[in-house]
Amino acid sequence: MSETSELLEIKHLTKSFGTTSVLEDINLTVRKGEAVVLVGPSGCGKSTLLRCIGALEDIQGGEIIIDGERIVKGGKNPKVGMVFQSYDLFPHLNVLDNITLAPRKVLKRDKAQVKEEARELLRRVGLADKEKSLPRELSGGQKQRVAIVRALIMQPEIMLFDEVTAALDPEMVREVLEVILDLAKQGRTMMIVTHEMQFARAVADRVIMIDGGRIIEENTPGRFFTEPQTERARQFLNTFTYESVKK
Amino acid sequence: MWGIEVLFKGKNFLRLLEGLGIALEISMVSVLISIPIGIILGILMAGNNPVIKAILRIYLDFIRIMPQLVLLFLVFFGTTKVWGWDLSAEASSIIVFSMWGAAEMSDLVRGALKAIPAHQYESAQMLGLTALQTKIYIIIPQCIRRLIPLSINLITRMIKTTSLVLMIGVVEVLKVAQQIIEANRMSVPNAAFGVYLFVFALYFAVCFVLSMAARKLEKKWS
Repeated sequence: MSETSELLEIKHLTKSFGTTSVLEDINLTVRKGEAVVLVGPSGCGKSTLLRCIGALEDIQGGEIIIDGERIVKGGKNPKVGMVFQSYDLFPHLNVLDNITLAPRKVLKRDKAQVKEEARELLRRVGLADKEKSLPRELSGGQKQRVAIVRALIMQPEIMLFDEVTAALDPEMVREVLEVILDLAKQGRTMMIVTHEMQFARAVADRVIMIDGGRIIEENTPGRFFTEPQTERARQFLNTFTYESVKK
Repeated sequence: MWGIEVLFKGKNFLRLLEGLGIALEISMVSVLISIPIGIILGILMAGNNPVIKAILRIYLDFIRIMPQLVLLFLVFFGTTKVWGWDLSAEASSIIVFSMWGAAEMSDLVRGALKAIPAHQYESAQMLGLTALQTKIYIIIPQCIRRLIPLSINLITRMIKTTSLVLMIGVVEVLKVAQQIIEANRMSVPNAAFGVYLFVFALYFAVCFVLSMAARKLEKKWS
């Protein structure tokens, strides 16, 4: 890959809340079209890293550059789309309005045209019949799919997924992950924080493990899940398997 | 029988309705004054200035702790003596009810603003909406939905509490009722029952309609 295909570049990023250090000297690059999965134990800083990239957090050191532009907290950041763990649709707007609000108000696009595009995207995630529904009438999985569409319609260069299935009932996890897998197939640039290891393995071009606010290991999914280089990664992956207690 | 017949003597029926009108007028004028003030104070209370927040907190607690009747006496008998201003009983009532309404309303507005999860702001920001657009399209509509049923309940509380203003001489529905009972105490000794029953029915009719509306809206927007 050539230098120019680097979409996201993080250099010496440090982040702390008060005196508690959360991220220390994070360096990583994400190329265009790459799906990078971030794994690690709870509280390791992986969600905070996504929030920094999304300009939702101020950073104490280093820099984050997306497509040549430096990310500043609270700044306009149209190249990044983000989906959160909690269903964060706007509860007073129906599905279609949730999706079309930002393209109409931010991009000043034509209403009819945006609606058409929203319908097409809803069809693709299997929610064509839900455009008039209010968020509270949807299941968790459906809400999360709408949230993905709402981010996608802004045509971000990079999509951030912050534990988007962590609050879902198990039977709804798959329908959401399949949407993300589909995006990966389309060659979207994505950074995904997840605890679903099977999914991570299927979707990732690269796996990054974070622990204690530092990058511990960076590897291909094939190697990370079968022969991790670090002892810490091995320990972490072991927490997902169980030894049989039956004789 | 039960003294209900006294309602149909002379203009008694009409006089009671007029009394209800006075009670409603005091509460409605107070509501119209307290809602905008309450919204402003509520936004300040949800804000970040600790001094303003502390002052408003003290104001809210003061109004809540004081019985409304004491406030009415304080304004109508107290301030008129000390400051020598000429304040009618109705005006005093409106001042007290507006102070009370603004305090309660500010707490409702503060609560509605604080109830909006941080993710609503963050999602809006990630979609590129400006702070102003976020307020207009996301935050205010949600607050209004939360506030309308609560404000209607506040209005019904105000209407009921206007029954106190007879104590400073406002001739509202309860005072009219007393006058009618007094005037007929020889001819219709049971008048108290019938007249108060009717007053009850009047308050009930007004407040029931309002609280039904509040409940409906609450359900619709929950």
